[in-house]
Amino acid sequence: MTPEAGPGLSSETFEGSQELADRGATAPVELGREAGSVLRLPEGTGVDPSDIDVEYPDDETMIINMGPQHPSTHGVLRLMMELDGETVLRTKPIIGYLHTGMEKTGEELTYQQGATNVTRMDYLSPLNNELVFSLATEKLLGIELPPRAVWIRMLLSELQRVSSHLMWLATNGMDVGSTTMMIFGFRERELVLAFFEKTTGLRMNHNFIRPGGTAADLPDGWEDDVEAILDNVTARLASYDELLTGQPIFRERMEGVGSLSADEALALSATGPILRSTGVAWDLRRMMPYLAYDDVVFDVIVGTYGDNFDRYAIRLNEIRESVRILRQVLEKMPAGDYRVQDKKVTPPPRARIDESMEALIHHFKIFTEGFKVPEGEVYVAVESPRGELGCYIVSDGSSKPHRLHIRAPSFVNLQSLPVMMHGGLVADAVATISSVDPVMGEVDR
Amino acid sequence: MTAPTPSHQLDQLEPVLAGVARAASPDGHRIVFPERDAYHDVVAAHRSAGFEMLADLTAVDYLGHPGRTLPAGVAPERFELVVALLSVSQRRRVRVRVQVPEVDAVVPSLWDLYRGAEAMEREAFDMFGIWFTGHPDLTRILMPEDWEGHPLRKDFGVGRVPVQFKEAPGPR
Repeated sequence: MTPEAGPGLSSETFEGSQELADRGATAPVELGREAGSVLRLPEGTGVDPSDIDVEYPDDETMIINMGPQHPSTHGVLRLMMELDGETVLRTKPIIGYLHTGMEKTGEELTYQQGATNVTRMDYLSPLNNELVFSLATEKLLGIELPPRAVWIRMLLSELQRVSSHLMWLATNGMDVGSTTMMIFGFRERELVLAFFEKTTGLRMNHNFIRPGGTAADLPDGWEDDVEAILDNVTARLASYDELLTGQPIFRERMEGVGSLSADEALALSATGPILRSTGVAWDLRRMMPYLAYDDVVFDVIVGTYGDNFDRYAIRLNEIRESVRILRQVLEKMPAGDYRVQDKKVTPPPRARIDESMEALIHHFKIFTEGFKVPEGEVYVAVESPRGELGCYIVSDGSSKPHRLHIRAPSFVNLQSLPVMMHGGLVADAVATISSVDPVMGEVDR
Repeated sequence: MTAPTPSHQLDQLEPVLAGVARAASPDGHRIVFPERDAYHDVVAAHRSAGFEMLADLTAVDYLGHPGRTLPAGVAPERFELVVALLSVSQRRRVRVRVQVPEVDAVVPSLWDLYRGAEAMEREAFDMFGIWFTGHPDLTRILMPEDWEGHPLRKDFGVGRVPVQFKEAPGPR
């Protein structure tokens, strides 16, 4: 409304056009706070307030919020993005929406119960979480596992990798617009989950790998089940190649998008397929072997450009490598016990409880107060489908950990997201988020 | 893959680690216990000696712990900062453990050496209230911004929901 519009009234109240003051009107301190604490440059360089106006005039950029309830952010991930038109300049991932204090909970649970807690962190590969927790506990206890327990763990861990990568292929396909891939991925993953249900009793959150071994032996006829899964998955990987790998539209969306250099990936502590996509052949299964990965033959899949397509190709081919490992596990699975027969760590067999008073006491002690772990601290890392999954336990000699810390690969890998998205399009941001493969349960813990 | 680091790069660690207490972890990796003042220099020396990656950074609250094994010359404090460094080229790990006192819980940030320290230090700040000087954006990361206290400290209580039983005799 202009001052001339009405008699008297408006001319008295008019205070100039109602527009945002220009950036210069804001004090440099305030500007710096806004730039520093709201959004960071992806390279992580400190922001000089005087640079901001020069580089990105504020009338051309806008800050837009994506998530936490956006369907393509794979859970409750929220991103604040600074956009110049369609181009993403800076990004800040905001996390914590799923934080439930699992590390604090871990201090309240005995080592016996601890696996039920950690298994809920990375809900797409729960067995790896149980594995790293059990390995750390066993290292503190100083116990050696019977070979069959080791190989059962390896079997489950690799099957888990297959199912996790299939799930990723499914959601990634969905994010770039292929609903067919989503159905395919979930269909194949179902085969693996059905086997897990048969073996552990649950499709997810198994609590099957425990300190001292596993909860039970593999079910009768497991060889045939695994064989069937492997044949099925191998055959269908070929159809994924047909559907996605060679398809021009898919390649157009993935190639050269969200690229990352090897130096950046190392500096940002990125591990797993993200690090390998940049050409660094770092796989803990090969470089710092745990379980019996020394005894199986497999290749570490490495990319070249560090873009979304490389990460896709790495995950697809890691399924093939896992299948290769699983075939060797089928061949070499040793006979014997599935857990260590140490009365202080694992409960005695059910039959013994009826005939031995001592066994009954051990059983009672383990299930009431748990087993005691010697004082000390240990860091153990395994290669989860998402990268280095570490477990740091501080024991004070009691039956509960004094401190339980999980180095979650998704949590750390999310830091490389702003670098990957810098200079890309908003539409590609969705594909890039997907290629990081974050699992929010593990990010927020 | 980067070429294996020549041995002279490892040698340059020695002068920095001269007065620093050391131990070996059960799996053969080295643990170093620098003083808080030397912490940043020790990590910087490892950085230039081929430890390209900061694998993990976390803290531990030792309040209520009956006593940990520390090498001679290291005085225990309430908090301990635990930094796991990883050398991709040499396939080695080193763990750096720094004692941080309860009052004046301030340590230098590793962000200028490893960009990946950003989120991990924010988590340690959020959960333990350890202040990292030089960090670009030291704000809460997992807890809400207006949260009071630092949940992983041992004197921060675990939340409980009181359970009521129908037949309970009632409070005495």
